[in-house]
Amino acid sequence: MSIEPLNRLQMAWRAAQDIGDGLVVNLGIGIPVSVADYLRPEVDVFIQSENGVIGAGPLAPPDRIDTDLVDAGSRRITLRPGASIVDSAWSFAMIRGGHIDVTILGAFEVAANGDLANWDMRLPNKGPLVGGAMDLAACARSVWVIMEHVTRKGAPRLLEACTLPLTAVRCVRRVYTDLAVIDIEPAGMVVREMLEGLTAADLRQRSGAPLTFASDCRPLTAPPIALPG
Amino acid sequence: MPIDKRAGSPAEALADVADGATVFISGFGGAGFPNALIRALRDRAPRDLTLVANSATHRYSLTHELIEAGLVRKVICTAARGRDSEPSPFERLWMAGRIELECVPQGTFSERIRAGGAGIPAFYTPVGVGTGLARGKEVRSFEGRDYVLEPALKGDLALVRADTADRYGNLAFRYAQMNFGPVMAMAARLAVAEVRAVLAEPMPHDRVQLPGAFVDRIVAAGA
Repeated sequence: MSIEPLNRLQMAWRAAQDIGDGLVVNLGIGIPVSVADYLRPEVDVFIQSENGVIGAGPLAPPDRIDTDLVDAGSRRITLRPGASIVDSAWSFAMIRGGHIDVTILGAFEVAANGDLANWDMRLPNKGPLVGGAMDLAACARSVWVIMEHVTRKGAPRLLEACTLPLTAVRCVRRVYTDLAVIDIEPAGMVVREMLEGLTAADLRQRSGAPLTFASDCRPLTAPPIALPG
Repeated sequence: MPIDKRAGSPAEALADVADGATVFISGFGGAGFPNALIRALRDRAPRDLTLVANSATHRYSLTHELIEAGLVRKVICTAARGRDSEPSPFERLWMAGRIELECVPQGTFSERIRAGGAGIPAFYTPVGVGTGLARGKEVRSFEGRDYVLEPALKGDLALVRADTADRYGNLAFRYAQMNFGPVMAMAARLAVAEVRAVLAEPMPHDRVQLPGAFVDRIVAAGA
């Protein structure tokens, strides 16, 4: 049976289903910002952006773009009702102080102990870019990761120990991949959901750290979502 | 003498900037770049500058002009990566070993500057513990958690963009323009703000987001 991994937006959809009502959430650049598009309808959350926006709304339609109203990814956004904007020192006091309930970040590698590598891919000829990644990973109350299960070359991203420079140690609680949903627990990685058609052996073969399967491990599903052209 | 912080032009506002200055430049995510002041600084051309800005270069900012003009000796930033596959002006000089780089997590960056303006010489933060960016730094445990000691950052000059000002230097920002502006102004010996418009009347107190006490010069730069 051929398997159909989730696409990037389906991964975002799946993570969005776990966002609880009333939380303050920070969404990283890349796939994670799409999570905001798929929140459950009954859920009301404030999305914080590192540049000081507390209550980021959807992207601005072309006729409502304001070049001063942006998120940390330089996207022209809108504000939700009840939003406010603070300066960077206050924004990061909010992050470091544990006032962000959940942050969802992209990643290159996650280790079995929760170590995260998501800021420095050691690209030749490129300068480093850390931004707010270390602050969010070290200090948000809950750190979730969305990433493809393996690299483009097929190498596992779930590892015994990260090979790339760390963003923060022992911080990741949950990982959403295109194949599975995995919790990082004191004893290691626990698979909560797995794509139908995949066997435990298949998933282990694509993972670089030992996996335990939850006794109530469920199928990983998402509605069809087309990627933009 | 009645206080009046209005300067006639960006050039006039920066007339006494010296070589070797540490220059804070506000702006993040496309908002709040003081581009009129950055260009005036390039024209004034002080050398051996330490540039402190969130991004070494950004597509909406003119910091690359300072770098390309060879005025910058060192960059302290959170993002040193150019946007394109071609190296940015910063990346070219950095790879050639002609410009120094200190890459700092963004919350540590803002807090180091805040501390610089708030009379705090250094502080402990949990951010960076166990990573390469904490290498060589003092680590101390409080209540069972490790923290890294980070020093305050003070500047000679801060360039800030706001929306409006009054003659007293009080500033109001639009949306996400504020970002690093308040802490940079507080932590610099000379804080210069460019604004879209200077108000004829004093700003209502509950509109002031950065008190004029922290701002030395203002210049109207238009939209």
